[in-house]
Amino acid sequence: MPDIVKITNLRKAYAGGFEALKGVNLTIEQGEILALLGPNGAGKTTLISTICGITTATDGSVAVGGHDTVKDYRKARSMIGLVPQEINLEPFEKVISTVAFSRGLFGKPKNDAAIEKILRQLSLWDKKDNQIRELSGGMKRRVLIAKALAHEPRVLFLDEPTAGVDVELRRDMWGIVAGLKADGVTIILTTHYIEEAEAIADRIGIIAEGELLLVEDKDKLMARMGKKQLVVQLTKPIDALPVSLASDSLALSDDGAALIYTYDTRAERTGITKLLSDVSNAGLVLADIETKQSSLEDIFVDLIKEGAA
Amino acid sequence: MNWIAVKSIYTFEMARFFRTITQSLISPVLSTSLYFVVFGAAIGSRIQQVEGISYGAFIVPGLIMLSVITQSISNASFGIYFPKFIGTVFELLSAPVNFFEIVLGYVGAAATKALFIGIIILITAFFFVDITILHPVWMVVFLVLTCISFSLMGFIIGIWAGSFEQLQLVPLLIVTPLVFLGGSFYSISMLPPAWQVVSHFNPVVYLISGFRWAFFGAADVPIMTSLFAIAGFTLLGLAVIWWIFRTGWRIRQ
Repeated sequence: MPDIVKITNLRKAYAGGFEALKGVNLTIEQGEILALLGPNGAGKTTLISTICGITTATDGSVAVGGHDTVKDYRKARSMIGLVPQEINLEPFEKVISTVAFSRGLFGKPKNDAAIEKILRQLSLWDKKDNQIRELSGGMKRRVLIAKALAHEPRVLFLDEPTAGVDVELRRDMWGIVAGLKADGVTIILTTHYIEEAEAIADRIGIIAEGELLLVEDKDKLMARMGKKQLVVQLTKPIDALPVSLASDSLALSDDGAALIYTYDTRAERTGITKLLSDVSNAGLVLADIETKQSSLEDIFVDLIKEGAA
Repeated sequence: MNWIAVKSIYTFEMARFFRTITQSLISPVLSTSLYFVVFGAAIGSRIQQVEGISYGAFIVPGLIMLSVITQSISNASFGIYFPKFIGTVFELLSAPVNFFEIVLGYVGAAATKALFIGIIILITAFFFVDITILHPVWMVVFLVLTCISFSLMGFIIGIWAGSFEQLQLVPLLIVTPLVFLGGSFYSISMLPPAWQVVSHFNPVVYLISGFRWAFFGAADVPIMTSLFAIAGFTLLGLAVIWWIFRTGWRIRQ
């Protein structure tokens, strides 16, 4: 897949001296969904704002579709749609007029059919003549997306699209994102919900304190860093691990009723067979066995800790 | 040039005006009528003619200027301050438009609204006093230039303002006194000599004088001086706005 966004050594220092971006390099492929994951204040919004032209970079460059976002800003920005984190809408405007305004602002000629398609896609067509202030929070978010899509951009930035949104609406939003991807739109979204990145992203970038710690295919990331746990439930709780079982990867649960064995799924030997025979040799009786895949959240927390160390 | 964007901003802003057309027009018509009743009929009947013109007619150009200047500033400053206040300014900053296109859209709409109101007041005035306009073309030139230059000023105030209080501050503390002391209701020649000198530092004097000349052929200052003053004022506004967008002052971090 060809690259659609190329970020080279992007730096941003604010007037107070705070360095929000410390030299970010990132290439985004056409048609993918990239999730930028990071804690609050990591620089996610600054990165998006700098690409979109809302803040100016201190150093470095960004090209969208091969067009530099500063020198060739008209061509670059025409390809970009931005859905901001805050619900920024004029309360007294009608849905359809605010969406049509966005299209015009980006220099696209009036096209009622295109606007209707976008509003229908986002289930806003029934509400097209309503004033923004009459809409629910979820509907307002949809209006923001409709505005960002009004000029038919090739790249869509979603800044925390589901922050403070209930579960049902979040799943709804994921459906919308999947639909846009199917239409060939490249999507970059920021989130601090790991569940969200895990559910919809193709690739995941982890950002903390203005630095991109890593960017990797979601599946590879999960596999590479994914650890599995085997939980062995015992029929009777024990006070301590038998000496014969002592190992770094084995621990006793707090209540003494379960053994927790951590192993790497990609290792040559997982050591499960040996563990189970050792357990029975030690005279322990098994009640149940379950395995747990470590989530992206664990990976994320580990990375942030490593970065801080 | 992204003409579609200019047109979009312009029509979007004008739509706001037409949504509240009744309020937009009734209040200037009402306040002008009050001025005519109070100054023209009640007090004006006791004032002798000014420069050979009845006092009621004499104040017409000043009254129009007063409303046009106030309206230009409030329309343009609100027009750009509101998106900043509610956050929709992000869209302007991320759109493929340059500063000139944004200014053309916002200032063009603000100036058009002010022009509308100026014309409505002129029409209202015809119901109260006899007016003849000696130089109609020049009258239009002065009116349009005033609308544009004060809309530019309003745009700058709107970008500068960090709160609704600040938005009111400049019009209240600077513009209203300048307009009232700029000869809206009197001829500069009626002032004591010392105050006449002070008045020449008030830019609004040149506007009102030029505008009044277009009506009656009499002016406090030479007509070319008036024209240069307003042209210079317009250019100054453009230069400041160009600098604002170049540096991103108060709008882009």
